[in-house]
Amino acid sequence: MALKFPEIRDRIRQVFPSQIVVEDLENSDCLVVPEGLYRRVAEFLKSDEELCFDYLEFQTCTDHPPELLDFVAYFRSIEKGHRIGLKVKLNRQHPALPSLSDLWANADWNEREVFDLFGVVFHDHPDLRRLMMPEDWSGHPLRKDYLHPNVVKRPD
Amino acid sequence: MGIVDGLPAHIEKFPGGGLLMTGVNYILNEAKASSMWYMLFGLACCAIELMATGASRYDFDRLGMIFRATPRQTDLMIVAGTLTLKMAPRVKLLYDQMPEPKYVIAMGGCTIHGGPFYHDSYSVLKGVDKIIPVDIHVAGCPPRPEALMNGCVALQNLIRTERLGHDRDRPGLRQLTARQIPGEPPLTRLAPGGALIRPGEIPILRS
Repeated sequence: MALKFPEIRDRIRQVFPSQIVVEDLENSDCLVVPEGLYRRVAEFLKSDEELCFDYLEFQTCTDHPPELLDFVAYFRSIEKGHRIGLKVKLNRQHPALPSLSDLWANADWNEREVFDLFGVVFHDHPDLRRLMMPEDWSGHPLRKDYLHPNVVKRPD
Repeated sequence: MGIVDGLPAHIEKFPGGGLLMTGVNYILNEAKASSMWYMLFGLACCAIELMATGASRYDFDRLGMIFRATPRQTDLMIVAGTLTLKMAPRVKLLYDQMPEPKYVIAMGGCTIHGGPFYHDSYSVLKGVDKIIPVDIHVAGCPPRPEALMNGCVALQNLIRTERLGHDRDRPGLRQLTARQIPGEPPLTRLAPGGALIRPGEIPILRS
């Protein structure tokens, strides 16, 4: 039986305090969690029998210079048929998060991609190397302020 | 040494003693031009057109062209698609593994000067001739099979002009200067060695 978003939100708030697990104003099916709670909420999403989030859809970032880097991950329950997103507002200078690769195996490459293109460091990741860009690349291309000598600006 | 000693007398029996030497040139060039085995690899959407050209409707085989899945057995590299900076060293390695004589056709806009990725792209190599020498550029995004085949025929004609003991003649440079498009960066800088085939120049598309 698929749960609606308010039901999932309330189930999470039974375990984690509602002041710090807040609804995201930009996405109607997304919760904003603090950096320190991200890993524990994700563990709860997977292990709770009622929620049963057995599938990690994707992990990515949205860049909001000069200070914010929003990390977004979406989870789905294949068994129940519902989904939810988690958003973490990171410090753009030193973004870091715990890895989820021991909970969902596909988090391994997802996190490598986010590390490669946005520069988020994932602690306890088994093999945090670049995924898309060449091995000796410097910088994180999907940051808004990224500059590269190879880029020719499109004339206006 | 008998054959060398006997050779001049043998040649004199033909009218015009130079016949034997030009004949070797001709035969070698014909052999090279009519069995261009190309490497089985594609990088992006141009590879779809390359596959279509190899399939039965267009049939590369009638030019003597069949694909080989190893660079050791290929004469021709058709760079079909967007070449990213990460892929570029791999393509260079493949080119270096091909035995001489070897030829390169750059297929599609991406391989000529980055194509749609010329602007605002950090990851695409803007022109494969920055890493490997290109004989023929085939323009298009992607080029139709007719355009690719026309490029191959142009390469065959280029091979037929080769002479033993001479460096390979790559006549493209002056033609490219003449054909420079207004408002675009000069092609000569991007294409140092090749002839350019544009879709409008293909007889079968004009008719």
